Amino acid sequence: MSLLRAPIDFADFKPVTLPLADDAAAELRAGDLIFLTGTLYTGRDQTHRRLCALLDEGRELPVDLRGQLLYYVGPSPPRPGRVIGAAGPTTSYRMDAYTPRLLDLGLKATLGKGARSLPVREAMRQHGAVYFAAFGGAGALLSQCIKAVDLVAFEDAGPEAMFRFEVCDFPAVVINDVAGRDFYEEIAAQKG
Amino acid sequence: MRIIEEAAITRAVQEMAVAAAHHLEPDILDALLAARDRETSPLAKNVLDILLKNADIASREMIPACQDTGICTVFVTLGQEVTVRGDLLAAIQEGVRSGYAEGYLRKSVCDPVTRKNTGTNVPAVIHVEVAPGEEFRIAFLPKGCGSENMSGLKMLPPSSGIPGAMDYIVETVVKAGPNPCPPLVVGVGIGGTFERAAYMAKKVLLRPVGRPSEREDVARIEAEVLARINQAGRGVLGLGGCNTALAVHVETFPTHIASLPVAVNIQCHSHRHKQVVL
Ligand code: SF4
Repeated sequence: MSLLRAPIDFADFKPVTLPLADDAAAELRAGDLIFLTGTLYTGRDQTHRRLCALLDEGRELPVDLRGQLLYYVGPSPPRPGRVIGAAGPTTSYRMDAYTPRLLDLGLKATLGKGARSLPVREAMRQHGAVYFAAFGGAGALLSQCIKAVDLVAFEDAGPEAMFRFEVCDFPAVVINDVAGRDFYEEIAAQKG
Repeated sequence: MRIIEEAAITRAVQEMAVAAAHHLEPDILDALLAARDRETSPLAKNVLDILLKNADIASREMIPACQDTGICTVFVTLGQEVTVRGDLLAAIQEGVRSGYAEGYLRKSVCDPVTRKNTGTNVPAVIHVEVAPGEEFRIAFLPKGCGSENMSGLKMLPPSSGIPGAMDYIVETVVKAGPNPCPPLVVGVGIGGTFERAAYMAKKVLLRPVGRPSEREDVARIEAEVLARINQAGRGVLGLGGCNTALAVHVETFPTHIASLPVAVNIQCHSHRHKQVVL
């Protein structure tokens, strides 16, 4: 794994398996550095809009989100022979309007960048869900942690389609834990 | 009279589009390295290493440094002694279109009303400035919107003065927190009119990262604002430390006696920019 050979200190990153089990989620603490391995789903603005439109119409979602992680990403297209192009996180607050509804359906974790709204944080606390930040702007490096990609839904939305990723040692930081802590807020408080 | 062919413009823009996405310029890489060396937080230092490693992978493996390969702003300096054979604006748009198609770059441009993706990453935003002589220069600035969305503009009353302008810049950056992927390059336009201030804030991002303004009083504003941002800001990706911004670039223009426009254009660490002189 090229990341591990890099002269970067990944010693503090602890492995986390996806989909995330309830007890594994409960063990995570704001500020933990983690390596995600397993299956996740992707979605950004259009996917969220369309998932909620399906719910409004009383229709089934293309995937059962219970227990799953949703990664906010709109990847760049793969070059021939590659599974994906650059694939770092997009800013999460744009999904805040939709997230509580998906958490109600059993979504367990979200992965993006930037802080979440208070209603999202409250919904996460209620549901024992967690939020992680991936390293923003590290799309090339993160691309190498994505081993397989399948289109799940909304192909016509282009980069905003919903995909399933198999990831291995995908690095991230726990921002919101099940106890309601917020790592960004704690950093800001240190700054005064 | 110097003649420039449409095809040469298209080719130059296409090459810049692909190169910008994959190969960060030495100015931003040097600024990130310097930030890494002065960083005090171990986590932030580690993250800066990750960002530098990312730039290295992007360049070697031809994977865009960031998946948000942006909406493109193109600045053209058109000497009055230069004639373009063909359609200048169409040639630039075609360069963007073909660069994004053939370079496996993300198409991120959509209609603002329907949100339907144009599928081509065009249109680009093009500014043409006429200059004396035979110069023909194209600067290419593709910009992701994680950072662009955190930008702001305020029409301050003159009584606020430069202290008020500095407060507004610092406040805009600190409020953005982790969203725009700090460490940032902060472009600022002070003066002019509403649109001129925004234009300056964007265009001044083309200045080599960290090079101070030639005006001494403006350079002092840049230094003071940078220090305040790094004092109060949330650090690398909002994860702490002393590097929320790498540089503050300020451009000014005379303004109305009743006005003090201040525009802040926020640029992320994935500061992609290219220039070519034809
Ligand atoms: S803000 Fe910049 S580095 Fe971050 S995701 Fe957007 S384009 Fe990429």
